Amino acid sequence: MAITMVDRIQTPPITRVLVANRGEIAVRIIRSLKRLGVETVLVVSSADRDSLGARMADKVVCVGPGRATESYLKIDTLVHAAQATGAQAIHPGYGFLSERAEFARACEENDVIFIGPTAEQIEQVGNKLEARRIAGEANVPVTPGGPVETLDEALAVADDIGYPVLIKAVGGGGGRGLKRADTRESLIQQFDMASAEALSAFGDGRVYVECFVTQGRHVEVQVLGDGKDVLHLGDRDCSVQRRYQKLIEEAPAPHLSDALRDGLHEAAVRFARHIGYRGAGTIEFLVDVPREQFYFLEMNARIQVEHPVTEEVTGVDLIEAQYRIAQGEPLPWAQNDIQVQGHAIECRINAEDCDHDFRPSPGRVTQAHFPSHDGLRIDTHIEAGAMIPPFYDSMVAKVIAVGQNREQARLRLRMALDDLVLEGVKTNITLHKAILETPEFTQGGVDTGFLGRYLAEKPSLQNEARREQT
Amino acid sequence: MSFTHDDVQRIIQLLDASHFDELHLEADGIKLDLRRNSGASTAVSDASPASAMPSMRPVSSATSVSAPQPANSAKTAAPSSDADENRASSSGQAALLEIKAPMLGTFYRAPKPGADPFIAEGSKVEPETVVGIIEVMKLMNSVPANITGEVVEVVAQDGELVEYDQVLFRVRP
Repeated sequence: MAITMVDRIQTPPITRVLVANRGEIAVRIIRSLKRLGVETVLVVSSADRDSLGARMADKVVCVGPGRATESYLKIDTLVHAAQATGAQAIHPGYGFLSERAEFARACEENDVIFIGPTAEQIEQVGNKLEARRIAGEANVPVTPGGPVETLDEALAVADDIGYPVLIKAVGGGGGRGLKRADTRESLIQQFDMASAEALSAFGDGRVYVECFVTQGRHVEVQVLGDGKDVLHLGDRDCSVQRRYQKLIEEAPAPHLSDALRDGLHEAAVRFARHIGYRGAGTIEFLVDVPREQFYFLEMNARIQVEHPVTEEVTGVDLIEAQYRIAQGEPLPWAQNDIQVQGHAIECRINAEDCDHDFRPSPGRVTQAHFPSHDGLRIDTHIEAGAMIPPFYDSMVAKVIAVGQNREQARLRLRMALDDLVLEGVKTNITLHKAILETPEFTQGGVDTGFLGRYLAEKPSLQNEARREQT
Repeated sequence: MSFTHDDVQRIIQLLDASHFDELHLEADGIKLDLRRNSGASTAVSDASPASAMPSMRPVSSATSVSAPQPANSAKTAAPSSDADENRASSSGQAALLEIKAPMLGTFYRAPKPGADPFIAEGSKVEPETVVGIIEVMKLMNSVPANITGEVVEVVAQDGELVEYDQVLFRVRP
């Protein structure tokens, strides 16, 4: 039931795209572009010369040594590489420069099409205060709270909304500069520290205080905009997280009432429409389970790691959609054309050592076997002999199972993980198997604290693995 | 010679995907011995705790220098194009050194169009000698030789896009 956008295509102005990323997302982007007959130029660091993506791309240019700051993060070099190889557009993938307004601006100024939103939109949603302001204007609920300049103001806000509260950096992200205060005393103790941490981490000491939702779920809504119109492609639940890093994602989010789900979808579309959003984006919400309420968290102005679960239940190729929007085609669908069917779950397989505080485990993959069952999709750049360099993130594969319902998807995923072989490096596969078997996950609808509690109860997953073998 | 380059590549891939560590093959007067390099992956995972990082963060320069080497050494059996290039410079022209591009960009051999090139075959270079310019987004970066010797081969063409680490000149020390 794949929905294609082919009908609208006339003469495609973008015939060659520079892919400014690596790993599985580079492979993923090249696949879709190849299918569309678009040539690809992949930039690689010298550590990635022998990668799967490098073999798949029509042309490969080495832009620098292994360290990302000297290769994948060099804006001028990447724009120059696009121009010199005749690529009309750059796809930034996720991470690296994908949400750096300077990169989008450098493209705009040099007549290279940035496959993503405008530089201005990246700036708007990248600043937490500005994003909260936009949410307010678009009538999208935000967590109670607000920006504060002094401790007295912070105390006043906290007294008003009630404890516990979170102190967050205005310019922050990824959990840095984030402090939880359960009492007045704790807020007094931590306020200066949070501000100092925000200043050193983000060069901006401003903070805000907001209500801490004790039992929340992370639910996000995928949107597509063409600069004029916006539509949504349903929701995803990404509540299985460890230290704000997502581990398992699924679509649709389980056990939401119709009213709550519709409310989330409509709020996401209102937000994106308010800024005339162009491209693929995700609006993240915190869902307060006991109160049946939701709050805007942030918007990610790029393709996301977990986009395949949405593709699997809607039949839409999001990379293709990004490409077509970038070359000026209008959205080819009305909201009613987008139907969510079945259920998809994704596990992020990381090369990391779960028994040693999840430290990365780079190295050479000696054996790799990815099963090809019904309803299974594997997005990866790994094959036997592949090198996982120590310079980048540790994700090596995404295993995605789709089924007619959630339980079928869960069982297919569980079976796929049993048959998956990755040797030479340590991975979190055993942890994934264990999570998929828990009564909480099987039931569905866990909150963001679930994995932390689970790990606290299971000090050694190694023992788990040994038991499994005997 | 009944083995092509591709045949050897395929055999290496077979060995790689198998659980064997060594392969010995004799056919048509050709003898092929392949051994899995088990030292390489150990070397790299040993380096990892020092460079443990949660995301796409740069690591210390020491790691960045050492990491690509295990990657290559593990591939010694595989005659890739890189290996061919290295062999040519290490055996055929044993004594030659290479001046490589320090960055990706458009390479110019002269300070401005129509001017004499910075260096040509027969030129003597010292570490500080400017051998060319690499333009990145209208910014001109001069490229120093970094070695001492006499230029014997000009490899990169004027106005060509050069990649990081691409050979620009060969020099006899």
